[in-house]
Amino acid sequence: MIALVTEDLSAFGKDPWWLIIGKVVAIFLVLVLLTLFNIWFERRVVARMQHRIGPNVHGPFGLLQSLADGVKLALKEDIIPKAADVVVFVLAPVIAAIPAFLTFSVIPFGPEVTVFGHRTPLQLTDMPMAVLFVMAIASIGIYGIVLGGWASGSTYSLLGGLRSSAQMISYEVAMGLSLVAVFLYAGSMSTSTIVAAQDKMWFGVVLMPSFVIYVISMVGETNRAPFDLPEAEGELVGGFHTEYSSLKFALFFLAEYINMATVSGLATTLFLGGWRAPFGIAQVWAGANEGWWPVLWFFGKLLCFIFFFVWLRGTLPRLRYDQFMAFGWKVLIPISLVWILLVATMRVAVNEGTFDSFFNGPVLPVIAGVAIVACVALAFWPAKGSAAAAQVVAPPSAPRPGAFPTPQLPGEGAVRGAAAPLVFGEEATR
Amino acid sequence: MIAFWCLAPIMVVAALGILVVRKAVHAALLLAVVMISLAVLYASLEAPFLFAVQIIVYTGAILMLFLFVLMLVGVDASDSLTETIKGHRIAALIVGALFGLTIGLAAGQVGYGTATGLATANKAGNVPALADLLFSDWVLAFETTSALLITAAVGAMVLAHRERLEPKAGQRELAARRVREYAETGRHLGPLPAPGVYARHNAVDTPALLPDGTPSELSLNRTLVGRHDDQAPPKDVKAIERLVSDSKGEA
Repeated sequence: MIALVTEDLSAFGKDPWWLIIGKVVAIFLVLVLLTLFNIWFERRVVARMQHRIGPNVHGPFGLLQSLADGVKLALKEDIIPKAADVVVFVLAPVIAAIPAFLTFSVIPFGPEVTVFGHRTPLQLTDMPMAVLFVMAIASIGIYGIVLGGWASGSTYSLLGGLRSSAQMISYEVAMGLSLVAVFLYAGSMSTSTIVAAQDKMWFGVVLMPSFVIYVISMVGETNRAPFDLPEAEGELVGGFHTEYSSLKFALFFLAEYINMATVSGLATTLFLGGWRAPFGIAQVWAGANEGWWPVLWFFGKLLCFIFFFVWLRGTLPRLRYDQFMAFGWKVLIPISLVWILLVATMRVAVNEGTFDSFFNGPVLPVIAGVAIVACVALAFWPAKGSAAAAQVVAPPSAPRPGAFPTPQLPGEGAVRGAAAPLVFGEEATR
Repeated sequence: MIAFWCLAPIMVVAALGILVVRKAVHAALLLAVVMISLAVLYASLEAPFLFAVQIIVYTGAILMLFLFVLMLVGVDASDSLTETIKGHRIAALIVGALFGLTIGLAAGQVGYGTATGLATANKAGNVPALADLLFSDWVLAFETTSALLITAAVGAMVLAHRERLEPKAGQRELAARRVREYAETGRHLGPLPAPGVYARHNAVDTPALLPDGTPSELSLNRTLVGRHDDQAPPKDVKAIERLVSDSKGEA
């Protein structure tokens, strides 16, 4: 069992000013470059999944494609619609982009390293409630999308903004609940302590249900396919950013990709051991978790999540809106609640030493047996919908009882309603 | 203290702005500014948990719900300034002045000492200390509040609940109904035909042509037809072309 780790944040807040500025600039650069890379990566991977090649012309492997696109986007004409509320319209992309950058300040990239003779953790700052800070900042970021949708003065944008606000509120609940189990096990809400608590076992393994719920809700939270309902192009043109162009649109785009990186970074930190080397590497190579190497593990895990995002986008169709909301409220949240109850019970039992005699007695196999039986029963339980569908009443006009009501063929045959043959030339237009 | 003197003017201006601005969404935005500034003040007063909770609960959830409702009002709508209750403006002024007086008097009496005991209170860490208080000394108040909130939520659901009189029509039922309608009235089974959008005239109010050359009225959106009530939709290809060349001539 994982023991509680004492929270020690004494390493933070001691950096000299130049180091703080250096870290801030480094995080900013990393996020912008990561965005450029992610756009290229997404296009290449989706292209491969669809048997295409993808961007491969500009720079090595086409890596500079997104840079060229970004420059082109910035040089485009900036349009503000007549019906727009100008102040809010201009403010919205900024509100969306700034929080996206802010959240990375509490994500740990690595352990303490020496920079120009200073021992410092590879993390801008940490707080006793760092994960809650991420949630808080993310909730401010939603305002950008909602206000952008409202201020555009267009129906499509408004509908997109409404959808995104409902979606993000609902999925933030599920996300927050999935984090509670991690807090219970780590005994802290600070990111560095949570990483320290995972030195034996990743929380993604111990708290599997929480991990799954977090991964689902993080896709909903970032508006990515298959949950990209606020910008469903088949229904809402572009959703909240229909009316945006040029740099303002670029800011929305940037915010979306940075948010993807942020939730991936948070998932890595909370569930996949953060900057710690994957299983096995630290056992054969003692230096894997020291110095600058952990940065490699961190970004490796983060890119795995990015690949997962792209994979989802390349394979899954978009959900219908009501199904999506029902899934969030009726499936994810109840499961999270029950799971938290279980985790809390386990935690108390472990702390009180209830399990010392427990593992030797017959109680554990009995509980396991009951759980397995319950799972099997649930799996074979007849679904409510199929029972209702079986009772569909045949319409009274059905020709045979039980047969599907096909229209009767007319007396003169099946050709009724067929058009006269097309004649090209003078007659057709007369 | 620096945080307070930076944020206090912003908060006061934003709070006054809530009263002055015309559009409800602008007022909500200014309210968000006040709430976030308040959160930053909490953070500077060494209450980091309260900082996060203030933003998550107030700015992230409650104000977002406000916005959700306000957005349905639309961009152009602003508050109506007509008096609905007779004389309530004067009454509001009097009560407001009295309230201001009371607050002013009360604030004048307050002495600003330095905060004591913060280090002891936060000794075990801000979050554990808060949890310790909430679940020991104040557990009754905490549970009562949560019971109250749950009751309110359940009450809202009961009030908004509507019994369904017949089962909801699913995809299967809808399809069956469509087929039945076709059998009874001959209404077309599939979706309506798309409008006739041509290369030289890309307006969606151009009807599609049926295989025999007659325009299909079903292909026109009923809203668009209603918009041009004065002119009948074109009857054939010649009419459409005449319409197109006319509109070109005007342009």
